[in-house]
Amino acid sequence: MNFEVIVENLPKLLDGALLTVELVVFSSLAGLALAFPLALARCSPRLWLRAGPWAYIFFFRGTPLLVQLFLVYYGLSQFEAVRASVFWPILRDAWWCALITMALHTAAYIAEILRGAIQAVPRGEIEAAHSLGMGVWQAQRRIVLPRAVRIALPAYSNEVILMLKGSALASTITLLELTGAARTVIARTYMPIEIFLAAGVLYLLISFALVQVFRLLERRLGVFAC
Amino acid sequence: MNLHGFGDQLLAGTLLTLQLAFASLGVGLALGMAGALAKTSRNAAARWAGSTYTTVVRGVPELLVVLLVYFGASQVLTMLAELVGLDASIEVDAFTAGTVALGLTFGAYATEVLRGALQTVPHGHVEAAQALGMGSGRIFIRIVMPQAWRVALPGLGNLFLVLLKDTALISVIGLEELMRKSAIAVSHTKEPFTFYMAAALIYLGLTVAAMTGLALLEKRAARGFARRAA
Repeated sequence: MNFEVIVENLPKLLDGALLTVELVVFSSLAGLALAFPLALARCSPRLWLRAGPWAYIFFFRGTPLLVQLFLVYYGLSQFEAVRASVFWPILRDAWWCALITMALHTAAYIAEILRGAIQAVPRGEIEAAHSLGMGVWQAQRRIVLPRAVRIALPAYSNEVILMLKGSALASTITLLELTGAARTVIARTYMPIEIFLAAGVLYLLISFALVQVFRLLERRLGVFAC
Repeated sequence: MNLHGFGDQLLAGTLLTLQLAFASLGVGLALGMAGALAKTSRNAAARWAGSTYTTVVRGVPELLVVLLVYFGASQVLTMLAELVGLDASIEVDAFTAGTVALGLTFGAYATEVLRGALQTVPHGHVEAAQALGMGSGRIFIRIVMPQAWRVALPGLGNLFLVLLKDTALISVIGLEELMRKSAIAVSHTKEPFTFYMAAALIYLGLTVAAMTGLALLEKRAARGFARRAA
């Protein structure tokens, strides 16, 4: 083991780690925002409302993240309409493509988590809300969703850790996040074991930090109460 | 969808993807079983090794494991060869490295699934088998595994679906499985959307086929339990 090479290149790896954290935080939040309407529509008794989210979730959970990333980053440029549109400056950019794909991908998984949580809210609590004169939307907003969010939080924290690991794929579309930074350092130093192990330790540290954040959040929201 | 004659290439890639998935499944199940036995062992060193393995591998990106195994293994093997006095540089091919890397990942998660499943087998069954004079190896194969298998199957099935999609990562180290074949087709035809969408649909098909197979396996493993479940 050559520790000198790790210390020498640590600033580069830390820069990469910063980009990794940025991608994970933004995509997890955007995915969460997307997941709410998806999960609500997925729970709907109306078939036409249920069908769209079902197909969306089926596609994004049934195909590899790498394929989705390539479809967005390389695939969309096949269409003249995309290249001529106002969105092209965004869709041409690897950072935005990684962020968009990761958000779309994780939204499908979070939507399933939320659906399970919404369906796990005890029936009696919803009936109690109705008997107090709350309408469907009011009961959703005041009773069902706050309950469901608490039920879903532990599973959501797992999903965020999975996105942390998924973010390594952004290195395949030229982004220098932690894995990408490690690969460029290795291309110069030819020390794959040292640098990849150092990157692995940084990933472990980030995931421990994320676990701590969620532990605080769970305590704050009183998740044990359910 | 016009595949410009690359259809048979994609098919060859799909076959390699399946080979890779099943080879990794074998390695992963073996590692998972070893991990589960280590974690439930009375030996403190074995328990420590088991939990270090699962914590480290589950906390590190799969892609990093793949790259580390591919680029690291040849370096380690060459060093080992030097130790025993051989002056050879050993190369690890992408299929082997991919199988080991995906097997390591699958094994770490399978350890937890199998550990939980092994604990559901009542200790009285093991004692009854001992009273009948069975050795510990035979007890494991005849009494513990058939019962634990039923409990472990849904969890292992989910892990296999994840593994199937993770095989795409091996394209990064150049193995010509489905994803790499699609990329090659893209570089010839300049139609990225067509081919990556074709790959996505094939992965979707494989996932559906695997889900169907797993449902059949689960039904078979639950023979004799149907009445109680109803």
